[in-house]
Amino acid sequence: MTDLAQPINASMPTPQAAKRLSGAQLIIQLLERQGITHIAGVPGGANLPMYDALPGSTIKHVLARHEQGAGFIAQGMARVSGQAQVCFASSGPGASNLVTAVADAHLDSVPLIAITGQVPQQMIGTDAFQEIDTFGLMLPITKHNWLVRSAEELLTVIPEAFRIALSGRPGPVSIDVPKDVQNQIIDIDTWPEPGVAAAKPTFEPSAIDAMLRKIREAQRPVLMIGGGIVYADACAQLRSFAEQLDIPSVQTFMGLGVLPHEHPLSLGMLGMHGARYTNYVLEECDLLIGLGVRFDDRATGKVEAFCPKAEIIHVDIDRSEIGKIKNPMLSINADVGEVLAQANAALEPMQRPLWQQRIAQLKTAHPLIKAGEDELFRPYGAIRAVAEILDDEANIATDVGQHQMWVAQAYPFNRPRQWISSGGLGTMGFGMPTAIGMALAQPQRKSICFSGDGSIMMNIQELATAAEENLDVKIIILNNGHLGLVRQQQTLFYQKNLNAVKFQQSVDFAMAAQSMGVKGVDLAQSADPLNDLRAALLEHGPCVINLPIDETEMVYPMVAPGGANADMIGGEA
Amino acid sequence: MSAQADTTVQNKATPQSVLRLTVNNHPGVLSHVCGLFARRSFNLEGVMIRPLHSTGGQHSRMWLLLNEYDKLEQVMRQTEKLRDVLSVEQHPLEGSVFEKTDGFFAGS
Repeated sequence: MTDLAQPINASMPTPQAAKRLSGAQLIIQLLERQGITHIAGVPGGANLPMYDALPGSTIKHVLARHEQGAGFIAQGMARVSGQAQVCFASSGPGASNLVTAVADAHLDSVPLIAITGQVPQQMIGTDAFQEIDTFGLMLPITKHNWLVRSAEELLTVIPEAFRIALSGRPGPVSIDVPKDVQNQIIDIDTWPEPGVAAAKPTFEPSAIDAMLRKIREAQRPVLMIGGGIVYADACAQLRSFAEQLDIPSVQTFMGLGVLPHEHPLSLGMLGMHGARYTNYVLEECDLLIGLGVRFDDRATGKVEAFCPKAEIIHVDIDRSEIGKIKNPMLSINADVGEVLAQANAALEPMQRPLWQQRIAQLKTAHPLIKAGEDELFRPYGAIRAVAEILDDEANIATDVGQHQMWVAQAYPFNRPRQWISSGGLGTMGFGMPTAIGMALAQPQRKSICFSGDGSIMMNIQELATAAEENLDVKIIILNNGHLGLVRQQQTLFYQKNLNAVKFQQSVDFAMAAQSMGVKGVDLAQSADPLNDLRAALLEHGPCVINLPIDETEMVYPMVAPGGANADMIGGEA
Repeated sequence: MSAQADTTVQNKATPQSVLRLTVNNHPGVLSHVCGLFARRSFNLEGVMIRPLHSTGGQHSRMWLLLNEYDKLEQVMRQTEKLRDVLSVEQHPLEGSVFEKTDGFFAGS
């Protein structure tokens, strides 16, 4: 109370029912009203009033060991649930440490709400202790961001933050709250309605007819299905649409799991590490229907050479994505679920035996080669062993690197939001804190993180958080003692001039885990590694599993960065 | 030298576009708009912003001069996404604030 910034305006009469609250208490209560149950964060000087207001709240705080960890924990909760989630950090280094997690959410369209403390307003601009221009830092990596200038503003800013994060194409927002605003006392007599997603864009029903006509006329159509279908909760509509029109479907990195792994129409992931047949099908396709996709360069390869014979139909909720990379002959700016629902009601089912025959030919001639699938200490073998021990209930996160691409290629994803990975930003260090968030949001599911010995080191401190919360998080480290994907690029594109990719000092990850209260299993030391893997995965509680692999393992096929998808290296039958 | 001369001629030949925005008048709006143009490498040649008298200072009019003929549609769609941007319209150079203030940028 000593920090009380401004007295209440005496000329304003206080109604009977008014509640006298500080800005910080107001934030917590507005978040409760939004249905927030967990906040991941780290306290510091400039956000202490918010931490003072947390005890007694229904919200459980999860103390991360680094603000980036807090950001990814909140992302993990948001990515598996589809709900907006909140992380807290203090000013200065607290806010700058959050930046990577916020940028990651921006590129993968994740509804993340970052609330940071800021130095008191009268000190802004004076180079005060732990002062940084958080507004400026967050501006280019959020859908919108605020510097809140009074406690009253919080009544509009907090619901608006949720509305923006959840509306249209989801994404992160950031709210910077100076300490004096957190301490300001105001009287609240009416509460704002919680912020919810705004109405979806309307579209011309005639566009559906035009799309269906175009699809009916096409000889070799392909669906390109992306994260937009996951976020629109439209997997059932998509499946019905694809099946009734008998259209083979490539999945983007963000769209994995939209169709079950073994679905006859699923052609797996396209692009840089797609199977040969998948990319070859796109060479022949005459109509590409992009549904909830943004034509990312890892998917398209060299844009001019992408689907060279195809006309393009593009459906996306973000109008600025239409025409950004590829000019469609027909586009619908709308929620992909609504488009598919209307299309399903209007379409006439059909079969495409010739095209399916050709696809089957390509698939037989150029399948995905999963070398070493029967050996536990090889990448595809390790992934297969884990998948066989688990069921579809498990949520699967990855870090970033070779292990991520092997999992994307080979893990049998069978439902949306089962696959959680950093696509756009490609953030090493993403996996483990995100898996913590997944376990917090869905404690009934196993929370699996495939990682590498490079990535895990980038946020390894969060093992202590996993232990503290006793979460069912399993971290499987495919350990090759190298930055494997960099090693792969140096091998393929820099004449094997291997530099700065080998870790001269290795880490005993089982011991590192134990030092932070997490069980550690080193399968290299195991007499019966498959049984030990099974036991480690099936018992409850956090566990790190070290699984050594050879550093010469490569992710194939591979399209050279900037190259055309047809020009794949490796992975030939 | 000749290459430089060519560039100048080309620049003159590049059609310029004018956008007329109505935006919320509060701190940070200019940063949001200019930040968008910077990070998406849209070529911004001129900016003029003043509060709109008719809205009692609630809204501002923002004029943008662009060298982005081919990408103009994309520029407008990205700009429309900004929360504090209320409207984006194309406006001819003739009769725009840039034509009328050209004399202030004659040099020396």
